[in-house]
Amino acid sequence: MSIPFVSRGFTGRRQRSEEAQRLPPGQYLVRGFPVLSAGPTPRTPLERWDFSIVGAVDQPRRWTWQEFQQLPQETITKDIHCVTKWSKLDTMWTGVSLDTLLQGMTTSAKYVLAFCDGDYTTNLPLDDVTGGKAWIVHAYAGAPLAPEHGGPARLLAPHLYFWKSAKWVRGLRLLAEDEPGFWESLGYHNYGDPWKEQRYAGD
Amino acid sequence: MAIIRPRLVWQRASVLRLIQETPQVKSLVLEVPGWEGHRAGQHLDVRLTAEDGYQAERSYSIASAPGALSSGAGAEVTLTVERLDDGEVSPYLTDVLRPGDEVEVRGPIGGWFTWRPEEGGPLLLVAGGSGIVPLMAMIRQRAAVGSPVPVCLLYSCRGYEEIIYRQELDRLAAADADVGVVYTLTRSQPVGWQGYERRIDQAMLEAVAWAPEERPLAFVCGPTPLVESVATLCVALGYTPERIKTERFGPTGGATSTTP
Repeated sequence: MSIPFVSRGFTGRRQRSEEAQRLPPGQYLVRGFPVLSAGPTPRTPLERWDFSIVGAVDQPRRWTWQEFQQLPQETITKDIHCVTKWSKLDTMWTGVSLDTLLQGMTTSAKYVLAFCDGDYTTNLPLDDVTGGKAWIVHAYAGAPLAPEHGGPARLLAPHLYFWKSAKWVRGLRLLAEDEPGFWESLGYHNYGDPWKEQRYAGD
Repeated sequence: MAIIRPRLVWQRASVLRLIQETPQVKSLVLEVPGWEGHRAGQHLDVRLTAEDGYQAERSYSIASAPGALSSGAGAEVTLTVERLDDGEVSPYLTDVLRPGDEVEVRGPIGGWFTWRPEEGGPLLLVAGGSGIVPLMAMIRQRAAVGSPVPVCLLYSCRGYEEIIYRQELDRLAAADADVGVVYTLTRSQPVGWQGYERRIDQAMLEAVAWAPEERPLAFVCGPTPLVESVATLCVALGYTPERIKTERFGPTGGATSTTP
């Protein structure tokens, strides 16, 4: 039997219980909105922006910024959890559900790879972007999404660690076989469930 | 093709010594048994456990070059921690921890914001405040292996006393013509200060940084406003975006922190 580890003299600062229940293991609460990215912030003018769905689909789809804005919009409030350990509660986003974008599409794909300006990619099972679980959002707290937070538009899949919610997203590639994205190729977990603390490969 | 990596497990590390770097910043030299090694730029997760089992985890950048062996059975790994007055973990690490104590760690973590000598350069390293830490691991490794890669460090701090590793940086710059260290002090300057005293801007980068024709490799680490601004300026200077790597640093990754 090993003796449980205790940090001498550490008491810690517990969150209020109703907030603590919303924090996955190892996370702490922030009030601000931290920014994380691997390189310079890309800036794509809206007239050159589009969003496309390609890969293993019967008919690829593409929307210009204007067309995208005319799709049914949803406003959702979600807690978000970053693998660097901060969580932010009740973040409010506006955008288009992936269910809307994928509606009526025939595919044998089981996975998606989100691709972005700045060459960022991230992979998710198709089941994790359908059924009311993911959106392409272009507004945060009622204002256009700032470039450092992923504007003009980012993926929002808040049930997974936030690196899966790819900034500057430009489309989804539907895939029969899973393909690791940027961080997933660099030692981070392939799926990234914060409630199972799947931070790094092998967790 | 997936690369199979061993699972990162929590392990106990013991504190060998503590180094007061600045009034708010301490380095923790840890002995980590069975350490597999790291790459300059990577970080380490630290976990604290209270008597009732409550735990808190944070990530800290590794300041030491890879390859430092301890006198025991492990490796010496140095973390540098800035004390955040309203922080939960950093005041414990800087104020409570003493040699002989143990902390739980797991890592190394992060495979992007890293540099190995064989990747070459020239290197442009831009730091704000405690964002110097992962860059210091690169500078130390370069010196430790005798790499000829030219390096230019532009380091923004609020004041002279807040420059982390100042003596070591000055010594490395004095000893090696291929190491350039430039400070800018944004809030207060000592009497007779001849250096920069403003936030990093285009004119400063043009004066200090490598020309884009030299195909520099840039690493930028600090609070978000600095990182956003410097990375954008580097692109404007003609740097290849793929060769500009960024990492946010500070209390919560940056957005709520003040800019040095």
